[in-house]
Amino acid sequence: MSGFRLRGHAAPLVPFTWQGRAMLGAQGDTLAAALLANGVRTVGRSFKHHRPRGIMAAGEEEAGALVTLGEGARTTPNLKPSVVELEAGLVARAQNCWPSLRFDLGAVNDRLSPLFAAGFYYKTFMGPFADTRIWMACERLIRRAAGMGAASPLPDPDLYDRVHGHCDVLVAGSGPAGLAAAREAADAGLDVVVAEADFALGGDRLSDRDPQELAAALAELDALPNVRLMARTMVFGLYDHGVAGLVERLPAGAPWRERLHVMHARKVVAATGALQRGFVFGDNDRPGVMSAAAARTYVRRFGVAPAREVVVAGAEDSAYAASIALAQAGLDVIHLDAREAAPPALAERARAAGVDLRPGWVPVRTQGHALGGELRGLSVGRHLGDGRARAETRLPAEILAVSGGWSPSIHLTTQARQKPAWSAELGCFLPGEGEVLSCGAAAGVWSREGAETSGRAAGRLAAIALKATRRRPLKDADPGGDEAPPAALWEVRPAGRAFHGAGKAYVDPLHDVTADDVRLARQEGFEAPEHMKRYTTLGMAPDQGKAGGVIGLAVLAVARGEGTGSLAPTTFRPPYAPVSMGIFAGPDRGPGWAPVRRTPFHAQAEAAGAVFVDAGLWKRAWFFPRPGEDLTAASMREAAMVRATVGVADVSTLGKVEVQGRDAAAFLDRIFANPMANLPVGRARYGLLLREDGIVLDDGTVWRLAGDRFLVTCTTAHAATTAEHLARWRFRWPELDATVDETTEAWCGLALAGPRSRAVLEALTGADVSDAALPHLGVREIEATGAPARVARLSFSGERAYEVMVRPEAAAALWQAALAAAGAEGGGPYGLEALDILRVEKGHVTGREIDGRVTPGDLGMPGMASRAKDYVGRALMEREGLLDPARPVLIGLRPVEPGAKVAGGALLHPLGAETGRGIGHVSSVADSPALGMRIALGFAAGGPARWDGKLLMAKDPISGRDVKMRAGPPCFLDPWGERLHG
Amino acid sequence: MRLTCPFCGPRDVAEFVYEGPFSGAPQTERPALSAAPAAWVEAVFLRDQPRGETRELWRHLHGCGCFLDVLRDTLTHEVRAVAFADPADAAAMRAKP
Repeated sequence: MSGFRLRGHAAPLVPFTWQGRAMLGAQGDTLAAALLANGVRTVGRSFKHHRPRGIMAAGEEEAGALVTLGEGARTTPNLKPSVVELEAGLVARAQNCWPSLRFDLGAVNDRLSPLFAAGFYYKTFMGPFADTRIWMACERLIRRAAGMGAASPLPDPDLYDRVHGHCDVLVAGSGPAGLAAAREAADAGLDVVVAEADFALGGDRLSDRDPQELAAALAELDALPNVRLMARTMVFGLYDHGVAGLVERLPAGAPWRERLHVMHARKVVAATGALQRGFVFGDNDRPGVMSAAAARTYVRRFGVAPAREVVVAGAEDSAYAASIALAQAGLDVIHLDAREAAPPALAERARAAGVDLRPGWVPVRTQGHALGGELRGLSVGRHLGDGRARAETRLPAEILAVSGGWSPSIHLTTQARQKPAWSAELGCFLPGEGEVLSCGAAAGVWSREGAETSGRAAGRLAAIALKATRRRPLKDADPGGDEAPPAALWEVRPAGRAFHGAGKAYVDPLHDVTADDVRLARQEGFEAPEHMKRYTTLGMAPDQGKAGGVIGLAVLAVARGEGTGSLAPTTFRPPYAPVSMGIFAGPDRGPGWAPVRRTPFHAQAEAAGAVFVDAGLWKRAWFFPRPGEDLTAASMREAAMVRATVGVADVSTLGKVEVQGRDAAAFLDRIFANPMANLPVGRARYGLLLREDGIVLDDGTVWRLAGDRFLVTCTTAHAATTAEHLARWRFRWPELDATVDETTEAWCGLALAGPRSRAVLEALTGADVSDAALPHLGVREIEATGAPARVARLSFSGERAYEVMVRPEAAAALWQAALAAAGAEGGGPYGLEALDILRVEKGHVTGREIDGRVTPGDLGMPGMASRAKDYVGRALMEREGLLDPARPVLIGLRPVEPGAKVAGGALLHPLGAETGRGIGHVSSVADSPALGMRIALGFAAGGPARWDGKLLMAKDPISGRDVKMRAGPPCFLDPWGERLHG
Repeated sequence: MRLTCPFCGPRDVAEFVYEGPFSGAPQTERPALSAAPAAWVEAVFLRDQPRGETRELWRHLHGCGCFLDVLRDTLTHEVRAVAFADPADAAAMRAKP
């Protein structure tokens, strides 16, 4: 007979589905409790050996079987049934088994197990075949066979929330110690958060016989205004400066599935309890083997008997609490105590409860059913000391409840770099001292009264540390508190020759790591715990040392011929237990991924039919299609319109930085590679800025608005970095009287370009903007459509052109007036694509050319780098490698066959030497209406000086298209700049 | 991790950018513009990797924009002190009514 629900457990029924079968659980169950109550013993197959596994624990230390929850896009694999809250309609299934849970073909791995020792795959398949196709093919199969559950390939339909929280004291855990600590800190007036990973508050108190006492204590605490009790909330990590990561699972029906709390806590109290560990013996992983504490929890908290026939095998006192609870529930209990003498008081209580007590005995190996492998009995023997025993007799058992000792959950203090220390007396690691306070079982205090004392002491210490009380520290409880010391029992090994073999003895069932694997690791030279862990995968991934960490270290220490006195744990890393990836993405996905920046002209451009394109975070008007036009047709028409009449483009995204002060001119002179100090008031100048290492950072224009007032414009892509660059250097030159302020969003602007642009500007300003009043590169502060405006005569297209900047509130009026005036001249709006065509025709560079690798010389502008002054980047620009005449320099390229379409990014090769990386690349392409072909800019070693008039092959390895092109200077149109004045 | 900006108060580290090691004097952060390339190579490319207390320059870029002089322990990640790195900012703060 398997598990069943005990009489007297009255809770509403909850329907759920396991392996396609409808079942009923009780409200307040975990999935594991409900499965046990329904008589389910085998819950899954193990990761590598495909052994049948059942429920082994009642918490995060579950190492028996992982399950998959949900269906379709909500499929969540690799969950521990012991921590899954049973909700109505829950759908769960076993994983890592095929074709069915009980008849799993992969179980052949278990028969071949000598082949599957730790390191087997790598030694066998990788050694001779490393990096070959054979290894890659094998790896695919191995990974499938050694499987965890499969995640859904569909996008996660659920929402995840993220909040920042603050509190004075964060208490992790709501057991006896945690609640006492919270109460003490709250009484000092502190703002307290209690986070409990379980869906029910109370920790070990949930297994009390009288649930009313806990309910009253919780109600009292909850009534305090300065206490927040958070169930379903796990503290998964502690980070610097008291920042804790909490993941809160919200109940079904909430708008979010989970919520990440970034909790800024002034003090953290770890009341995280302790995990019971077993010890190792033959076939200690069968369905039916579980921890003694778990058996007690199922009986007491959930009212579920895991089975009728139980053997408890303990090496320490707390096993008695389990056998007493089970016997009181009416189960048949045989208790094996590995110690020679049972603790008298506990023994008497156990016997009184009807426990059949057998001191000095240990399990040697379990037996299972031929079909399915579930536990049906075990061989036991007298403990001969040091874990040695000879199988003497057999006991029938459906449940074997094991207790080898307790391991305090020291994960949080360890994450806070508080080094734990081994206590030989208690047989466990105790948390290290430090900023994070530990109390209760997490500090090795086992008894209920001790835990409460310890919790109060921690709460008081927190209040003292935060100066919330003048009272003195409370006396803390000492670790331990058992009647008799535990036996240092890690592994039962058969004395003499085991006739039937010893069976497989698991240290970490979750990763199928056996005690022999640990010894093999040592034998192969992986002697240090950190090496052994990586060789065997013991305690890694979801487990993080919960199930087998301490036992593995002890087995290793014994194999090394050392005592366990010098044990040091391997590093625990966050998260304490697996958390969904979704909480880290939080709301930052889909439309929430990044903010959208729209210019003040956006609505007008949209009304004018603009198609927008992403430029960084900006939405920029890309082209304004007429019916039937695609991108190419529209942009070519727009570019031709600019050359023929006039176009209006939104240039608001250009970076803008204002530099003011008595020394503003001197400042800019040091920043720019070309001279700026001598720029007259009312004039603008093109400029290049270098990074410290001599590479071009950006290009832009400098407008001198007044003697001590300048406007620097820079490219959209580099706006932020250029502004930071200027601010950084202003800081480094405190002797200069200058201020730097980024004003990119304080002004918006339109470019008016084309031979008729002056007429448009006249219409906008009503001012005299004749060539005498506003010559090429002139700057004026006048009014446009009644609003203050900054106007400069600058050209990116090579045409007569103006930039008009106004405040955002004047944008709508400016756009309407500019479009009306342009329309009257036969022009209209143009977009980013046409802007790009026009600049490529003129050989003007943008971010495609200023790509963080080029010098002024590479851009064909060596003259821009002044030799008469010092400026940022000059020293390193003059390094030998950056002055090499063989560096790739900007060139222009036109196809030999006018219809050929070269692609951006193509590699350039001399004809006849078309292999390898080539001598340069194509950076920009444009379908030029002025030239009637697709032209390109690019870089070629030696530049125009070497290649002018010669042929190059542009090879596009992606499309496989090769285009033969003739090189020349980068300017294709109006090389003398006559159109600027047209 | 949080830094306590002397102007804005305690803020999440995401608002700040790290600008490099700090000597304490803005004007000595870099060689003179006229210095030889070797001095610039040293300043731009070579980094110490201090263990323990270290002085760093940060900027509250997504806040007040001030440059900050941060005393930090690279071993414990403890932030010991945050002050204005620019004497002008400190003076302006003192002059605040």
